[in-house]
Amino acid sequence: MSKFEDKLTCAAFQTQLPDLIGSGEDLASHPHLQDCELCRSLLADLETIAEAARQLFPIQEPPDELWEQIESKIKSEQAAAQSD
Amino acid sequence: MPQSRIPAHSSQSESLPLAGPLAAPVPAESPAPLPIPPPPIEDSVLARAQAGDHQAFAHIYSLHKRRIYSLCLRMVGNIAEAEDLTQEAFLQLHRKIATFRGDSAFSTWLHRLAINVVLMQLRKKGLSLISLDEAMEPAPEERPGRSFGAPDLTLSGAIDRMALQQAIDELPAGYRLIFVLHDIEGYEHNEIAAMLECSIGNSKSQLHKARLKLRSALRMHPQEEGRR
Repeated sequence: MSKFEDKLTCAAFQTQLPDLIGSGEDLASHPHLQDCELCRSLLADLETIAEAARQLFPIQEPPDELWEQIESKIKSEQAAAQSD
Repeated sequence: MPQSRIPAHSSQSESLPLAGPLAAPVPAESPAPLPIPPPPIEDSVLARAQAGDHQAFAHIYSLHKRRIYSLCLRMVGNIAEAEDLTQEAFLQLHRKIATFRGDSAFSTWLHRLAINVVLMQLRKKGLSLISLDEAMEPAPEERPGRSFGAPDLTLSGAIDRMALQQAIDELPAGYRLIFVLHDIEGYEHNEIAAMLECSIGNSKSQLHKARLKLRSALRMHPQEEGRR
């Protein structure tokens, strides 16, 4: 017997979708998805977006001047602390 | 249909490492695998930095600057702001490094510290990270039941990176934050809820809405064959 609620409308299924995805359950056996091309398509798109986003952001290098600024602030803070 | 590939928790994520106790409103420990782990800091370098050795601190900066800057850039989507936040994160690190006790990896502790710096800055700017009312009462265009998945507009599975980048950049700040923390950085909803002081359900709902907005934006910019 399916652990999922049967005979959902698209609206009801999509309302539950954040929780269903967040549960980490295999949604393939969800009865609504067996019959609904629309919601299968929605889920597939969300999966594609999540996967693509994880590969999107490369590690980037900050500008060299940033360290000079940090160093300068550190020195200012240390000087201020010593004068207190 | 395969099991959902949308990450439900960080341990399966292919993202940066997370977690670590910090004297700030962030929960502890969230081990997530790193694709390219930063080189571990030798204990002696860390100890010297904790004792106030400037050269040792500079070395720590050189090891971690890229990850922290990239994190800030992802979270705010603006180069100038990311530079300011990176600076603030390392200034805070300088002030707090002596308090690091090694309960977690130094890199995860620093990662959390940087996230806190970003969150603090966003709050200062008046960003309402989470609106419970909004989360519970979706805008009409986001209401379930709309034809989200009309087959003729379905994403092909090969998303244009530029279009996705642009769509993420254009997300409202709160949506972007949760999307980055969950889908890119790999935090779990319970961790995000603790960081943002909202409910787990709210975090899930906001993430879902962020993804729907991205999908909607991408469907308006379908992949151009051979463009990239």
